[in-house]
Amino acid sequence: MKVHPAAWAALVVLFAAVIGLQMIQADEPPLATPDGVSTNMLYVRSPQILGRATLSFHALLADIYWIRAVQHYGGTKLSTAPNKQYDVLYPLLDLTTSLDPYFDVVYKFGSVFLAEPYPAGAGRPDQAIALLQKGLRTRPDKWELAQGIGFVYYWWLADYQNAAMWFNRAADLANAPDWLRPLAAVTLAQGGNRASSRMLWTEIARNADADWLRDQASFRLKQLDALDGIDFIQRIVDQYRRRTGVPPASWDDMMRTGLLRGVPPDPTGVPFRLDPADAKVTLDPSSSLNPLPSAEHPR
Amino acid sequence: MKVIGHVAVNVFKESVRDKVLYNLVVFAVLLMSASYLIGELTAGQDVKIIKDLGLASISVFGLLIAVFIGIGLVWKEVEKRSVYTLLSKPMRRQEFLLGKYFGLVLTLIINVAVMTAAYYVVLAYMQAISPPNLRASWPAPATDPALLKAIALIVLELMLVTAIALLFSTFSSPFLSAILTTAVWVIGHFNQDLRDYGATIPSPLAASIARGVYYVIPNFSAFDVKLQVVHAQAVPLGYIGVTIAYGLTYIALVLLTAVIVFSKRDFK
Repeated sequence: MKVHPAAWAALVVLFAAVIGLQMIQADEPPLATPDGVSTNMLYVRSPQILGRATLSFHALLADIYWIRAVQHYGGTKLSTAPNKQYDVLYPLLDLTTSLDPYFDVVYKFGSVFLAEPYPAGAGRPDQAIALLQKGLRTRPDKWELAQGIGFVYYWWLADYQNAAMWFNRAADLANAPDWLRPLAAVTLAQGGNRASSRMLWTEIARNADADWLRDQASFRLKQLDALDGIDFIQRIVDQYRRRTGVPPASWDDMMRTGLLRGVPPDPTGVPFRLDPADAKVTLDPSSSLNPLPSAEHPR
Repeated sequence: MKVIGHVAVNVFKESVRDKVLYNLVVFAVLLMSASYLIGELTAGQDVKIIKDLGLASISVFGLLIAVFIGIGLVWKEVEKRSVYTLLSKPMRRQEFLLGKYFGLVLTLIINVAVMTAAYYVVLAYMQAISPPNLRASWPAPATDPALLKAIALIVLELMLVTAIALLFSTFSSPFLSAILTTAVWVIGHFNQDLRDYGATIPSPLAASIARGVYYVIPNFSAFDVKLQVVHAQAVPLGYIGVTIAYGLTYIALVLLTAVIVFSKRDFK
């Protein structure tokens, strides 16, 4: 049967209309949601039900939940919404690891981004520890999971007793690296210190199996470098103050006395800031290394 | 044996005529586009996800062919009345039935072989473009030969599904056969629950019945080692040997049942 030319024309017009209307729709402002109401939907939260429903396709569904978790984290982090929430991050990671308990990178992701304080992360170190402990129940010989729990206690909770205990427990497991035992000893004796932190992040960077983890470790190492830089320059500023009896008003004052040869930059190249009121050296507010880890917990 | 071979080759030719192998194009496009697009979404887990996706696709495409071609193998001949012509030739009913079965198995094996080749090509490409430090963090190379263990068991699972579909197609309509075959395949994945049923119910009789059903229903979950091979976990040869023996025995049982049912059918 021959198709009438008008039918072809109608097909083209309708196709163009669909595309055009979708473009208009895309330009519409998103509909507002009430404060505190999450739009993150998770239809199934039970790992048991999901495990049965997926028959022999657990791993593929785990991948889908992993992609959802990454998208949820990234989308929420970049969101400028005032009420943004990471409320399904833990359930997504929990489902992923229930479907595929060998999916190692998920535990690492959880130990960093579930624990990281809001708004950069979910601010739930308890959930990070729960996820890692769940992994250890399935695979009790995996030293990386025990080390991950120690890391959460060390870095995010500043609970050095527990951190040292978990580092020791990780060191007891098969194939654990040599650096865990000294790290546990130093953590127990001195609490957090920059040398231990540097060792921890350096090892994380060295063993990272994903770019985001390597980037995170590199970022933290730069923060530690920045803390070292601040301490070093602060000593020079204090030296100026002792020599002249007054605090420097700017970096120019320091350079005129020959104590500095230029404006000192932080590891990202942004100049450090000198507060003329109290002569304190800090990061410039525009630096991407903000906020630095707490100076009270010398991490 | 020669007759079975002739029927089998004809089934294969028919499936080629019916454009069944077009699914290979869909498979190749799916894998290649996924390998290209997925890197942006998976936070460094693209090789793992391509491995999972490839194995799941081989399984799903094979399953669709096994069920939807298998259910029509006998029914189509009866419906077109060509079965009368065929059975009037020097061919026994069991030869006709087994020929049909092995023809579809041949189609499935060729299908899976081509998909496996495409799968390894995509994985080799991903291995080649991955930096050495990333490759070092993988539990196994992208082109790990152990993946073939999972694919071998997928083929065995498809052979069993085909036998079940053929059995149903000897006495029921395609629609009913499709439902029954799919139901058996789904229930076969819940076997573990049937075995553990006794621990959750007080009645010893019900627990014994559940345990009995556990032994009778084909245990399809035994054929699934996809997760293990992707994570380079050990799949002992002993396990594979027992599973192959179990699969082949079950196939023989189902085919024999199909032959008996088919031999009892009245085509007069």
